Amino acid sequence: MGIELKMPALSPTMEQGTLAKWLKAEGDTIEPGDIIAEIETDKATMEFEAIDEGVLSKIMIAEGTEDVAVGTVIAMMSGEGDDADDASTPEPAPAATAEPASTPAPAPKPAAQKPAPAGPTHDPEIPEGTSFTSTAVREALRDGMAEEMRRDERVFVMGEEVAEYQGAYKVTQGLLDEFGPKRVIDTPITEYGFAGIGTGAAMGGLRPIVEFMTFNFAMQAIDHIINSAAKTNYMSGGQMRCPIVFRGPNGAASRVGAQHSQNYGPWYASVPGLIVIAPYDSSDAKGLMKAAIRSEDPVVFLENELVYGRSFDVPDIDDHVLPIGKARIMREGSDVTIVSYSIGVGLALEAAEELAGEGIDAEVIDLRTLRPLDKQAVLTSLAKTNRLVVAEEGWPTCSIASEIQALCMEEGFDDLDAPVLRVCNEDVPLPYAANLEELALIDASSIVEAAKKVCYAD
Amino acid sequence: MAKQPQKSKAPAKSRAAKSKSAGDASANAAPSDDPDFILHSLQQEFEEQKRFNASPEQMLEFYEQMLLIRRFEEKAGQLYGLGLIGGFCHLYIGQEAVAIGLQSALDGDKDSVITGYRDHGHMLAYGIDPKVIMAELTGREAGISKGKGGSMHMFSTEHKFYGGHGIVGAQVALGGGLALAHKYNEDGGLCLAYFGDGAANQGQVYETFNMASLWNLPIVFVVEDNQYAMGTSTKRSSAETRFYRRGTSFRIPGMEVNGMDVLEVRAAAEVAFKHVREGKGPVLMECNTYRYRGHSMSDPAKYRTREEVQEQRDFHDPIEGLKKTLIEGGKTEEDLKAIDKGIRKVVAEAADFAENSPEPAPSELYTDVLVESY
Repeated sequence: MGIELKMPALSPTMEQGTLAKWLKAEGDTIEPGDIIAEIETDKATMEFEAIDEGVLSKIMIAEGTEDVAVGTVIAMMSGEGDDADDASTPEPAPAATAEPASTPAPAPKPAAQKPAPAGPTHDPEIPEGTSFTSTAVREALRDGMAEEMRRDERVFVMGEEVAEYQGAYKVTQGLLDEFGPKRVIDTPITEYGFAGIGTGAAMGGLRPIVEFMTFNFAMQAIDHIINSAAKTNYMSGGQMRCPIVFRGPNGAASRVGAQHSQNYGPWYASVPGLIVIAPYDSSDAKGLMKAAIRSEDPVVFLENELVYGRSFDVPDIDDHVLPIGKARIMREGSDVTIVSYSIGVGLALEAAEELAGEGIDAEVIDLRTLRPLDKQAVLTSLAKTNRLVVAEEGWPTCSIASEIQALCMEEGFDDLDAPVLRVCNEDVPLPYAANLEELALIDASSIVEAAKKVCYAD
Repeated sequence: MAKQPQKSKAPAKSRAAKSKSAGDASANAAPSDDPDFILHSLQQEFEEQKRFNASPEQMLEFYEQMLLIRRFEEKAGQLYGLGLIGGFCHLYIGQEAVAIGLQSALDGDKDSVITGYRDHGHMLAYGIDPKVIMAELTGREAGISKGKGGSMHMFSTEHKFYGGHGIVGAQVALGGGLALAHKYNEDGGLCLAYFGDGAANQGQVYETFNMASLWNLPIVFVVEDNQYAMGTSTKRSSAETRFYRRGTSFRIPGMEVNGMDVLEVRAAAEVAFKHVREGKGPVLMECNTYRYRGHSMSDPAKYRTREEVQEQRDFHDPIEGLKKTLIEGGKTEEDLKAIDKGIRKVVAEAADFAENSPEPAPSELYTDVLVESY
């Protein structure tokens, strides 16, 4: 039976090309793998290889012909005489047309609506009479990890200096003593490598906590966080999960210069497939760390070195787990909303106190999770106060602050009595000199100033 | 009918400048006198029994598996030409003996495999249904990743096949993690991590070598040296083209294997896997092989001569080589032709399935981004 040989495409976008050269003549015997012809476009040349065996019976398009449309029959081949029973064998591909019929027309737009988010649950009620213990943030983080390690054998910690040195910032203090070197692993200084090993271990069924000494160094490993960890569940059609926590201090520390002072919140929060958490106080640090470790999804957990040593109350309850994706109202108010996260929350609270002295009642919202963002909490507060300021220790451009501004424009426009303002760091690499560093970073007074501005209070 | 080239003894790669085998340098030193014995001990062991003593049934199975990969890839190339497969599509034609030789030696219940984007052959080597692989290539709902991964991103956790990764070299560190999980769980498994001669120049490969050796992880690193890192030949891209030596600084023993001979690859796999299973840490195996096609479908491979490719096809083809052995063992041309015919039918059916399966439902756009709801 005859087999049609059709003009192939070098790429899905190619529509036509030049039949540069025939390497076989009519009557030639052809075996699979033989190069029959050369096809050219303005970009490249491709060899047209035989898939079937037989005899080249007729050449339909002469060599040197330009603008041959993809799918045009360029030659006919006859099968081997002894293969008469091939007629019963399906030969769909050689006979297939390259016409749109075989390539389903692209749907103009997905017909399905994006599913509504599940809606974050509220923080669990803390039973009346619960006692609280003042705990430093670094200890709260450690306690969260230790509790989950006791609960689940698959959880382990790896990173630079996490074991014998007890953590560069002492966040993993005591873990080696309790869990041993199998579960508290000192790595060499090799971020890309150990982020990949941690990610692979998560794919293999473990629950790694990968500590970056700071997130500045995670830039060497960002490929694994994004390409390997965040995208795999989607690319595998839900088959391969990656339950891992990447954690460490993020944002500016003190006088460490530009390369060690950056907020990566907006970077990671822009990536679908990641959960991004950035808590402020000890209770949230512990409760969200436990939730992050239990999550089936990859989590980027952004801490802050300057906050590690601050102490806050943590409820003395057995299993203090907080919901991911839920913001928290840190201070209720009615005149203006200040949205912030991480170290910015402390400054926002300070600003709110100052504003109270001037008769302005500010509401402070701690986002806690940057992705997925608790939009409803922001919009609800905006509907109440009609004025909003975002305070973020980080650059202004393409920031969480700009995201909140976009949200208020798109979904809260009717509630706005003033433009949303952002209070961010200066748009420069962080300088070393003490005075310049201070000038570059956000502070409470600039938040106060912005809040007053949106209240038209000056 | 197929040619019957005389199979020469020459290895796939011209080794004029590197004729010494790994064991030669200190082959005469007794282990006790040689602190670096470990680094070449496996090559020595391998040299003693360089071809796997396969039963006739095993040989026939290897032949069928390699031929399935060959025919599948030819068909994939054809579907690409017809516009049914999009994007990047990297074919495994010429390299079949590597995946079959190695994966036939795995313990399927325990061991894991990870590779880069040239992954169709490694999946077929597991016996995964060609239909769901081809349907993934055409981006259909029935594809193994629901059509959302494509040629480069395919996985089968059921088979402990962990992809299918599109970033050159990333699979090496991820493989280190799979090996860490084997060790952590004490499940007796090992990880087989493939990468190419191109990936061999990525920094994270060496970060992983260091930790794998330091932590004694159960992993076999396999460099599939197909002579070209995309369009750049190994000698133009690598200061040291004897890739098996690149573990030396990390005290990882190396092995140099003719990747065009499935029985040699299998024999090497036996030696390497035994070493790893005995808890002696990682192995670095270099399989010299050759890809007949371009780096991807859009690469016309103008950086090499047609004669070079033809020489490989005529004298080193892994399938023709084994065919010769089978015929010497009593199989007839007709027997083998019947096998080919059966495989062509399977592949044609896979292509048909892949072409006629529906595309994913629009609602699939939003699924599998996260596992949980928040």
